[in-house]
Amino acid sequence: MAFIDYYQVLGIDKKASEKDIKAAYRKLARKYHPDLNPNDAEAHKKFQQLNEANEVLSDPEKRKKYDQYGEHWQHGPEYEQARQQQQRQQQAGGFGGGQYSGFEGFGSDDFSDFFQSMFGGGSGARGGRQTKFRGQDYSAELRLNLKDAAVTHKQTLTVNGKNIRITIPAGVENGQNIKIAGHGGPGTNGGPAGDLYITFIVADDPIFKRNGSDLYANVKLDLYTAVLGGEVTIDTLDSKVKIKVKPETQNGTKVKLKGKGMPVYKKENHFGDLYITYDIQVPVNLTDKQRKLFEQIRDEAKS
Amino acid sequence: MNNLIAAADICTHHGIEYTFINSLSEAGLVKVKVVKKNAYIPEPELQRLEKMIRMHQDLEINIAGIEAIVHLLERVEQMQEEMRLLRNRLG
Repeated sequence: MAFIDYYQVLGIDKKASEKDIKAAYRKLARKYHPDLNPNDAEAHKKFQQLNEANEVLSDPEKRKKYDQYGEHWQHGPEYEQARQQQQRQQQAGGFGGGQYSGFEGFGSDDFSDFFQSMFGGGSGARGGRQTKFRGQDYSAELRLNLKDAAVTHKQTLTVNGKNIRITIPAGVENGQNIKIAGHGGPGTNGGPAGDLYITFIVADDPIFKRNGSDLYANVKLDLYTAVLGGEVTIDTLDSKVKIKVKPETQNGTKVKLKGKGMPVYKKENHFGDLYITYDIQVPVNLTDKQRKLFEQIRDEAKS
Repeated sequence: MNNLIAAADICTHHGIEYTFINSLSEAGLVKVKVVKKNAYIPEPELQRLEKMIRMHQDLEINIAGIEAIVHLLERVEQMQEEMRLLRNRLG
């Protein structure tokens, strides 16, 4: 647990007046406010730090305590005293309030360990995190591999102790978002609940590279089949197919297998294509006889 | 039909004047439905509206500023979506 320099967070010096603090907070909040920085985890983190710094420095009592112990908060009797004091405050309902533990949604986890060890739980975030009517939106990530993403399936998620069953349509893409209305935090004062946003993280597949609903794969082809033609068995996402190889196939030749790609999102019976690229394997560890035969072919080609 | 939420309730809980919602509505930033002379906000609009209320209250941004921000945010979100698609293609 590290000491946090709240003055530095707000970019002000220790002599800053209440007005300076407010102005510094406002200025930075305009830059990092989550509403102005959609999908930016870094900004959200910064905003939480700002709120925490503001929470401490704009409250004369907290600021005094913070200034008093400062960087030495963890050493010697001050820390012990602070700890005891904090416990007393919690018992007395101090700033710990009811949010110290087990408060769902926001509250304790919006504050750093440092803050909590010094001040207990937050007394409710200022500056915008507080939802007054509609419940908070929640977001969650769901990890899938490519094969899972290729079929529609149902999954049960646990959100705030409640199980909800969601359908993941075939063909979801990496980073795609879906909204599940009404499954966010509860509203207050009779307001409606927030929504749950699920972001799908589709892991890279070792064989298939994906572009939208098309798939790309390299297929090894032995030299003899490439030269003379024949057949090769190819793994598709869910099965195997045998395809014909033309004689004198060049290295890097691409072949399109229509409809063997990923299903198209929310379009039933529409599939992308699978593009394979031949990677011709030159034989190694030749026997004397094989070498001689290759020499014969070479001489033949020269003449 | 969508649930309608009385604008008066929203004003009470957020401590705002109805003129604020009205100005947003005039700027085309939020849909307001009037039923029997009372103003209502369709529930799906509430998320957007509350975002704008926060901008106004927490960050002291006025209606014109909110209007500009909302349009820029739409662009940012479009660009983020485009970047996501392009990143996936790069693999």
